[in-house]
Amino acid sequence: MSEPATKSMNMIEAINSALDVMLAKDPEVVIMGEDVGYFGGVFRATAGLQKKHGKSRVFDTPISECGIIGVGVGMAAYGLRPVPEIQFADYIYPGLDQLVSEAARMRYRSANDFICPMTVRSPFGGGIFGGQTHSQSPESLFTHVCGIKTVIPATPYDAKGLLIAAIEDNDPVVFFEPKRIYNGPFSGYYDRPVEPWSKHDGSAVPEGYYRIDLGKAAVVREGQAVTVLTYGTMVHVVRAVVAEHGIDAEIIDLRTLLPLDIETVEASVKKTGRCMVVHEATRTSGFGAELAAQVQERCFYHLEAPIERVTGFDTPYPHSLEWAYFPGPVRLARAFDKIMKD
Amino acid sequence: MVHGIKDNLAPLHLHVPEPKFRPGDKADFSDIIIPEVDAISRPDEHASPANIHALAYGLVRVLGDDNRAVGSWNPGLDADTLRAMLRKMLLLRVFDDRMFRAQRQGKTSFYMKSFGEEATSVATTMALHSDDMCFPSYRQQGILITRDYPLVDMMNQIYSNSGDRLKGRQLPIMYSAKDYGFFSISGNLTTQYPQAVGWAMASASRADTRISAVWCGDGSTAEGDFHSALTFAAVYNAPVIFQVVNNQWAISSFSGFAGSERTTFAARAIGYGIAGLRVDGNDALAVFAAMQWAANRARTNGGPTLIEYFTYRGEGHSTSDDPGAYRAAEEYALWPLGDPVTRLKDHLITIGAWSDEQHEALILELSDFVKASQKEAEQNGILGHGLHHPMETMFEDVFEEMPWHLKEQCEQMLEEQRDKFGPEWEAR
Repeated sequence: MSEPATKSMNMIEAINSALDVMLAKDPEVVIMGEDVGYFGGVFRATAGLQKKHGKSRVFDTPISECGIIGVGVGMAAYGLRPVPEIQFADYIYPGLDQLVSEAARMRYRSANDFICPMTVRSPFGGGIFGGQTHSQSPESLFTHVCGIKTVIPATPYDAKGLLIAAIEDNDPVVFFEPKRIYNGPFSGYYDRPVEPWSKHDGSAVPEGYYRIDLGKAAVVREGQAVTVLTYGTMVHVVRAVVAEHGIDAEIIDLRTLLPLDIETVEASVKKTGRCMVVHEATRTSGFGAELAAQVQERCFYHLEAPIERVTGFDTPYPHSLEWAYFPGPVRLARAFDKIMKD
Repeated sequence: MVHGIKDNLAPLHLHVPEPKFRPGDKADFSDIIIPEVDAISRPDEHASPANIHALAYGLVRVLGDDNRAVGSWNPGLDADTLRAMLRKMLLLRVFDDRMFRAQRQGKTSFYMKSFGEEATSVATTMALHSDDMCFPSYRQQGILITRDYPLVDMMNQIYSNSGDRLKGRQLPIMYSAKDYGFFSISGNLTTQYPQAVGWAMASASRADTRISAVWCGDGSTAEGDFHSALTFAAVYNAPVIFQVVNNQWAISSFSGFAGSERTTFAARAIGYGIAGLRVDGNDALAVFAAMQWAANRARTNGGPTLIEYFTYRGEGHSTSDDPGAYRAAEEYALWPLGDPVTRLKDHLITIGAWSDEQHEALILELSDFVKASQKEAEQNGILGHGLHHPMETMFEDVFEEMPWHLKEQCEQMLEEQRDKFGPEWEAR
């Protein structure tokens, strides 16, 4: 049996490919959002899809996130499988009631009478000089809501496989795409040349259908000294820092925040005895707080040092001081120093 | 002097609306303008919204003061259909009375009546096809009753008992009945508006023939969802019918807090370029006629319509409020558009198709039916008396498959029950 044909793709191309595959495979899949139709999306994630699959499958919408998500809930009730795009995660709040009170509760409140198999895609995170309205990481708002799955890929390969699994999932999924790494993995050194995806293993993407099950983390680097729990852009920043400082860290890319792959997390922390949680989102009540709580509940007697949290600061994402906000190599190195000292 | 105030200019004034009458006042509705029947005749179902603006400010009426059905809006329903309509409206009223009393008897936590608004859920549903999709707010139980949904199932839901199809998860009256074209009711207001548009868009995109209809109250037209929905419906010419049941009151806030001092709710349609009709909501034939007009328009790709039913909430918002605390007594008795059940009954009597004796007999028959249904439902339990769905069902249907953290929490809950009720609890 021959290997399926793969192609080097950046994350945008991989997401586009996932959408293309699912539009072809499942006639119930529809894509909608601001600028996603003829133009193909401000980040080009839907480029060419309207032309290929038609205007009733891929179409532009009014600038109304409440409307986009609410209409998606209604389409799902009809029997479609909507995949709306929210242009930036920062814009998702007008649609929050439709996600939190409607999409997330539909199966439960109707006792399976109605379901909501909808995947809301949205670029998130900073590092692109987007200022405070184009840089936010609101993932913990969604992990806090019962009935929604939250997925965040860190490579083109994962992005495609996870997105296909999300679209096929019969529950609502919020799929946050780390836009800083759309075009290449990011070391955290904003002043160094951008590395293209083509030099990264995760850019070899099968052209056809495949899926990566939700709820499964990936161990992206095995190690013995400390476990780092992270996701999205920060996977690559942590990798770069670990390589630079020669730290024997085990890096876990969670990929799905909810449901969390607790087995992989627990096994790793019990092995290394140390745990650091890393995310770009603000610190207080961030997903790292949940991770720290889970780890101490399950691994307390294996811990040799307090759990470290490396996060963005509890401020809006600043424009000019973006790199002082970003949990980059310096903040990570200091945290590694601290956790390895104990 | 406060910074910025200029002595040579008149001070600004904040307008906070106030209803005309409060407790202790004598209500007087003589300023409500009631146009003649057929003051604006029925336009073509494909009329351009721009050419029918007057209908958004008028009042579609069919039943005149002499109880006869007249004019171009008269749907010309035969006597059997009219009697069926009366029967459903009466059944709804009897059911509401019975369930309100059940709440007062401590059999459930909550109830909401639709007294005075029966036409807006019954006559509307009769003008739809049985497989058209309804997206109700919390006061359209008349849809289920019109579509012959079992009363026992409604009551099981109200009691959150072991027979409740929704497994005791929802506040009473928040039904869901997909098989009957009745969408799951949300407690969050007007969220169903964009959902109904999405359903209609899906239907249109699949070359289906079904349309959707959605209801909300006057107060909740202020929600952003209302405006998102009208925008989407206009943009995609969606086969959806928007309905605003303007019953004058949103709990204790009169319709002025949704903007009624400035314009009508039907006139909201004008800015979106969709058809708007303002209808006497207590005239069941006018309600039917308006819905039929909008349904024909939607089903033939004529696009959406916004219908305002001008009516009055005859009783409290729910079992949780006392209208005597915020509005004048006797408002309903003085309401110039009367009572929808009485008006339909009087019409039937006027045309020789009904009598007071038949009416009384029908009320007795329906009361017996409701009582028998209640007895049957109560065999499945009432709220708080132990006859509920198994405890573990609390954790089911959050997701299609239960993830590990819910399994852990479910086990924790079961252990708590064992602690509370002893080891034999499981066997029970």
